[in-house]
Amino acid sequence: MTSTVNAVDERAAGAPEFPMARAAGCPFDPPPALRDRQQEGPLSRVRLWDGSTPWLVTRYADQRALLADPRVSADITRPGYPLQSPLPPGGSGVSFILKDDPEHARLRRMVTAPFAIKRVEAMRPGVQKIVDDLIDDLLAGPKPVDLVDAFALPVPSLVICQLLGVPYADHDFFQTNSKVIINLDVTPEQRSAAHGNLIGYLNDLMGEKIADPVDDLLSGLATRVTAGELSREEAAQMGVLLLIAGHETTANMIALGTLALFEHPDQLALLRDTDDPALVSSAVEELLRYLHITHNGRRRVATEDIEIAGEVIRAGEGLILANDIANRDPEVFAEPDRLDIRRDARRHVAFGFGVHQCLGQPLARMELQVVYGTLYRRIPTLRPATELERIPFKHDGSVYGVYELPVTW
Amino acid sequence: MKVTVDQDKCVASGQCVVAAPEVFDQRDEDGIAVLLDAEPPAERADGVRHAAAVCPALAIGIQD
Ligand code: HEM
Ligand code: SF4
Repeated sequence: MTSTVNAVDERAAGAPEFPMARAAGCPFDPPPALRDRQQEGPLSRVRLWDGSTPWLVTRYADQRALLADPRVSADITRPGYPLQSPLPPGGSGVSFILKDDPEHARLRRMVTAPFAIKRVEAMRPGVQKIVDDLIDDLLAGPKPVDLVDAFALPVPSLVICQLLGVPYADHDFFQTNSKVIINLDVTPEQRSAAHGNLIGYLNDLMGEKIADPVDDLLSGLATRVTAGELSREEAAQMGVLLLIAGHETTANMIALGTLALFEHPDQLALLRDTDDPALVSSAVEELLRYLHITHNGRRRVATEDIEIAGEVIRAGEGLILANDIANRDPEVFAEPDRLDIRRDARRHVAFGFGVHQCLGQPLARMELQVVYGTLYRRIPTLRPATELERIPFKHDGSVYGVYELPVTW
Repeated sequence: MKVTVDQDKCVASGQCVVAAPEVFDQRDEDGIAVLLDAEPPAERADGVRHAAAVCPALAIGIQD
C-alpha cells in the first residue's frame, strides 16, 4: 500500500508542466510532449501553474467515458478543479458551462430550442447572405487585408447578434471584453473587470427585453425572468456565455481553417472545386478534428473514486481531458496527422462530449459549412499575403487561432 | 432493430437528427430528441448506429 502511494507521489513530483508548447514550425499539431504522453499510457500527471498535479487523460475512449460520467464534475468552485488561471475575485459568475446537473440541465434546457437542427437550418439563407455581403465588401476593398478583422470575426458576430438580439453596433465593446476573458495572460482583476463589463451590458439589455420582448433568444429569456423561472442575473450570465462562446470559437475556426488549407493546397483545391454539400460538410468535420482549437483540455474534477484504465482516480482529484490528442488518437483515426477532408471525421471530440458538449455546435457547423463552401469558390486566388513564420498564433489563449491573417488574391 | 431514447439524459445536441433524420426528430419547445420510428428498417441501421455512437449524452439505446 505504502509503495503505491509513494509511486503516485513520485509521479506527481516528476509531472511535466501543462499546457505544453507546440513545436516550432508545426502550428497545427498538438505539442510533441503531449503526444508522447499518449504513447506512454492512458493516464499520467501534469503540473499546472498553481503547482497542482491533476491527471492527464490521453486517449479518446477514456476521455469520452469520463466526460459522460456523472461522477465527474465541471464545477469550477469545487476543490481540486484544475484551474486554467486564478479564479476571479468574487466568484466566477459564469453560467451552466461550469455547473453540474441538475442546475446545468435546468439552465441549458432554457436555450436548447433555438439550436435545434431545423431551427438552425432555417437560419442558413440569412448566414449565406451575411457571408456573401462580407465577401462583396472584401472584393471591393483594398488588399492585402486582414481576414480575421474583415471576415472571420464579423461572420459569427453578426450571426450571434441576430440570434440573441444584441445590437451589432456594440461589437467593438463585446469583442474587446471577450478577448480579455479568454486570454490566459491577463490578471484575475482584468478578467473580472471584463466579465463585469459584459454582465452589466447584458443586464441592461435584459431590462430592455423584459420591458419590450421581441422575437429573439434574449427576449425568450426575458419572458422566463418575468414568469419567475429565472433570475435576471442568471439570464445576463447566460447571455454573456452565449455571446462569448458564439463568436470567438467560430471566428478562430474560420481563420485558422483557411490558413491550414493554404498550407494544404491539394485540400484547398478539392474544396474550391466542389459544389457537393457532403464534401463541404466533411471538410468542416475534418478541420474541427485536425485543428481542435479548444486546446487546453476539458477541465473536470472527480466527485467519487473512479476506476479507469487500471488506475483509481480519487474523489477530489482534478482531470484534464486533452481532446486535441484524442482527435489524433491512432486507435480511432487512421493516419491522424494527415488533413484529409474526404475522411469520415464525424466522431471527433472538437465540441467535447457528455452533457456539456457544445450547445452551439449545430450553428457553428452550419456557419462553417457556408463559409468554407463559399469563400474559396468566390475568391479562387485567395492566398496568404505573408509567410507562415510571420503569422501570430494564439498560444496564450484558451481558444487557439491566429491574431491576424493578411490575405490577398 | 429497436431504438430507444432517454429524454431525461438527452442534451438536445441534434446529432441523431443529422445522422438519421427519418428516425429521430427534436421537440419544438426544447430540442429534446423524439423517436419517429422505434423499429426502423434495415437500411436505416447504419445511420442509427452512428447516431448512438456520437450521442454525447449516451441517450440512445439499440436492440438488434
Ligand atoms: C467551431 C466553433 C465552436 C467550438 C470548437 C466549440 C467548442 C466547445 C466545447 C469544446 C465545449 C465544451 C466545454 C466543456 O465540456 O467543458 C463547448 C461548450 C459550449 N459551447 Fe461551444 N464551440 C463552438 C461554437 C459555439 C457557438 C457558435 C456557441 C453559441 C452560440 C457555443 C456555445 C457553447 C455553450 C453555451 C457551451 C456550454 C455547454 C454546456 O456546458 O452545456 N459554442 N463548446
Ligand atoms: S444525439 Fe443524443 S443528446 Fe443529441 S439530440 Fe439526439 S438523443 Fe439527444
